[in-house]
Amino acid sequence: MILESTIKAFELLFSFDKEIYSIIFLSLTISILATTVASFFGTIFGIFISISDYKLKRLTKKIVFTLMGIPPVVLGLIVLLFITGPFDGMNLLFTKSAMFIAQTLLVLPIITGNIIISSEKTQKRVLETATTLGASKFDKIILLIKEIKPFIMMSVILGFSRALSEVGAVMLVGGNIKNDTRVMTTYIALNNSMGEYSVSIAMGMILLFIAFILHTLLAKFRGDFYD
Amino acid sequence: MKKILIILGVLFLFTLSSCSKKELIIVTTTSLDNSGLLEYIIPSFEEEYGIFVKIVALGTGAALEMGEMGEADILLVHAYDSEVEFVNNGYGEKRHNIMYNDFIILGPASLDSDTLEEALALIVTKPLNFYSRGDDSGTNKKELSIWEQYGYDVSTFGDWYHETGQGMGSTLTMTSLSRYYTLSDRGTYLSMKNNLDLVIAYENRNELKNQYGVIKVNPDLHNRNEEYADLFYDWIIRDDVQDLIATYVMYDEQLFYPNAGE
Repeated sequence: MILESTIKAFELLFSFDKEIYSIIFLSLTISILATTVASFFGTIFGIFISISDYKLKRLTKKIVFTLMGIPPVVLGLIVLLFITGPFDGMNLLFTKSAMFIAQTLLVLPIITGNIIISSEKTQKRVLETATTLGASKFDKIILLIKEIKPFIMMSVILGFSRALSEVGAVMLVGGNIKNDTRVMTTYIALNNSMGEYSVSIAMGMILLFIAFILHTLLAKFRGDFYD
Repeated sequence: MKKILIILGVLFLFTLSSCSKKELIIVTTTSLDNSGLLEYIIPSFEEEYGIFVKIVALGTGAALEMGEMGEADILLVHAYDSEVEFVNNGYGEKRHNIMYNDFIILGPASLDSDTLEEALALIVTKPLNFYSRGDDSGTNKKELSIWEQYGYDVSTFGDWYHETGQGMGSTLTMTSLSRYYTLSDRGTYLSMKNNLDLVIAYENRNELKNQYGVIKVNPDLHNRNEEYADLFYDWIIRDDVQDLIATYVMYDEQLFYPNAGE
């Protein structure tokens, strides 16, 4: 089975089958876009929550940490309720846009939560020094972002891994439509249901391989993080 | 940094570009999707009219639910009573028979029964482990109606009766792995035969007929594009397409028998 699947993985990759490539491409596209948007807002939210002091701060943090572990299928269900309810007119169900929205919302709390933790750890030291040196509030935030850069990097990696590997949400709001919204994970789920385990394992190997390549590329930019 | 932004922008446009195409959403059953028939016939519809067909596979219950929510243009399902009710309630504009095949009981060995009643009695009295879909799908509805028809009450069944809550493909795979019995449509079974260690335990085309129908969802529900749905509805019951359905063969066996003309 393992040998058979390995051979199958190479067959799939080098079959030059347009469908396989577009599935891989769509997986990467949606996950990268979702992670990028979520990283942008997550960093802003995270830093904002960590440096401000307000009454419900503890509650906010608890909510964010809870959402870090939300099952993708539950999040998909919530997105489904919204796009078939209040946003019905936009015809978002079973589209790539819906998958992008779901993954962004899935990754957002992971990045926000990680930024909160790292920023709170760092800010005391950084902000005290900055204040003595007479920095403005804006300068302080920039300084803080620079200080926690490696942690932002880590959050992005975590978020991307979550987006690429999740299956429940994209299955529900994307519908796993052939040549349209089918991604690597829903392709695997479909083949599992058909008992085509060797094809599934092959696609799983490709998914892991691609993740490895991406981390290799990242290591080039931030080698220190992987040492 | 600029380069990265450009790449992201292009990716974003690519994602959005899918929204403006001429497209038709068909929600169908997992059994029909797994059988491979749609992949066989739909390309000729897409070629003829230049409309991109999006196929979403759910259980019949969930498919009808999607129709009620106005999220589908066309439904291809197999639960006659529920379909008629769906149309009568105003969710569907019209319904038509398209084809049929049959349900079969599958398991590790034949039940050696002459009638369905005998086969069911054997399962209950032995008892033999049985997987029910348990997901309100067309196959599930059929299975429940058979038990009821022969006077059994499913809620009184013991440990041998299991609900998988999954699609036909998954349930067949589970049945094969755990060597239980289950009810399946013939189409899905034939399309997966190679991956399964199961035999037909009981079959009878008259007792276990599996009728498929096409429903045009009421377009007023959701301001959907009525024109494409009409085109598809008329297309699938057209004579040449009905003939095409009859030519879909797997392991030398015809999977579906068109009957739109009856």
